[in-house]
Amino acid sequence: MNPIEGGEQAQCAADAVARQSYGKLVAFLASRTHDVAAAEDALSEAFAAALSEWPRNGCPANPEGWLLTVARRKMIDVFRGQSRRQMVSVEIQSIADVLAAAPTDTEIPDERLAMMFACAHPALDPAIRAPMILQAVLGLDAARIASAFLTSPAAMGKRLVRAKVKIRQTAIPFRVPAREELPARLDVVLQAIYAAFSEGWTDPGGADAVRRDLAEEAIYLARLVSELLPSEPEALGLLALLLHAESRRRARRSLTGDFIPLAQQDASLWNKNQIDEAESLLHRASSLGVIGRFQLEAAIQSAHAHRCRTGRPNWPFIIQLYDALFALAASPVVAINRAIAIAELHGPVAGLDALPSIEADSRLAQYQPYWAARAELLTRSGAFTHARHAYEIAIGLERDEAVRRFLETRRSALPA
Amino acid sequence: MQYLLLLHANESGFTNMTPEQQQQGMAAYMAYSQALVEAGAMKGSNRLRPVATATTVRVVDGKTQVLDGPFADSKEQLGGYFLIDVPDLDAALAWAARCPGASHGAVEVRPIWDMSAA
Repeated sequence: MNPIEGGEQAQCAADAVARQSYGKLVAFLASRTHDVAAAEDALSEAFAAALSEWPRNGCPANPEGWLLTVARRKMIDVFRGQSRRQMVSVEIQSIADVLAAAPTDTEIPDERLAMMFACAHPALDPAIRAPMILQAVLGLDAARIASAFLTSPAAMGKRLVRAKVKIRQTAIPFRVPAREELPARLDVVLQAIYAAFSEGWTDPGGADAVRRDLAEEAIYLARLVSELLPSEPEALGLLALLLHAESRRRARRSLTGDFIPLAQQDASLWNKNQIDEAESLLHRASSLGVIGRFQLEAAIQSAHAHRCRTGRPNWPFIIQLYDALFALAASPVVAINRAIAIAELHGPVAGLDALPSIEADSRLAQYQPYWAARAELLTRSGAFTHARHAYEIAIGLERDEAVRRFLETRRSALPA
Repeated sequence: MQYLLLLHANESGFTNMTPEQQQQGMAAYMAYSQALVEAGAMKGSNRLRPVATATTVRVVDGKTQVLDGPFADSKEQLGGYFLIDVPDLDAALAWAARCPGASHGAVEVRPIWDMSAA
């Protein structure tokens, strides 16, 4: 084999292992040492070693095991190097023993779920949990995560480092919580994945590759959790919700990049495979008999997808689901969407009555969806002057160019 | 792994209680300490006298300053601590949640910096 061919092959093999095994290898190394940063460093050195060695000697039969052996050795070297300053030799030996204990030639145990629970621990800053999971499980670098979460790479890098230090120094455990704590702790993990998806979703045109990928990565993580915890209904519910949302990606923008609201989307553009998968997940979740926020939200999306088959969303059912969701997890978003559904069934005045009021919740004053919903309902009820005012505020609060254009078009269509 | 549970609470809460309530409160702490000992997690514990008895000392430019009062003037004061030895943070947080102080104040959980390894 000539060296160039060998190099390409090694690169391909390394890329393939990186995609399939990165998170698994980090989880294996980090869960035994509590040290995510050291695990990531050791693994990246192992990948570098692979790229220099595999082209010369050919790819090993078990690339995953090869990488783990090298990373493990690097990690033990680093701990030994620190020993004079920070650790006693007993401790080094016990870490070395623990790292050496698992065989490398057989299946490496999958501890990604345990690592996700560590990354989304309630003792960590809520805003860093999703970035931690994206970095530890998927290997995304701070710059990519920062651009998806609209912060600077330096600031994101610092906060990731701080979170890893806290995991190590406070001994945050790497394990799936016990049965009785699982629902609450799982919810934190699912929320972090949902946050990652939402960040990816804010670029619906898919023009920004980083953000589009983030939505795909979030679906990958939701799929992973639902496979590792197949009898947790909320894990299935989250995956169903994300698939329903993702199924409409192509329908959310016109060919010229204009925003298309759900009601006007061409349902034939929706991805039927994703809808079918979401429906079957939701069906499985409901058979487990414990309702939750993500299942309800997925069920609402499913009632919208009803339009595929009947040409019309199932509004009475959607309102019922919003009632249930509001009782379980009251929030302005839920209240606003519920009001919009009520308007569909009982007219715009009933919808306006159902909208939450700014007097009751001052956060609404700068909440774009509130003003957009209000503007739409006022328009339909014929209160054009008030509608114009509401549109103006909604436009002023919107950060997505396409949505801004859509709202401006609606406003200028109002009768004088 | 050792953690210090720092109990912060508004002192007037205790002084405003009836003697019976105070006794009940003390009994809750006794039971909690007993449970920690039973579990083999107890390393040490003390209750502090009120902040009215606190004196703060600093040496500035070689001169010792002694001030009447606590270091931090806040609504909730450090009133005591438990030093515990448990496997990980989740275990420490579980003990913190059981502490009677968590119900009438706040419990700060801090890992001990093991200097013996230095």
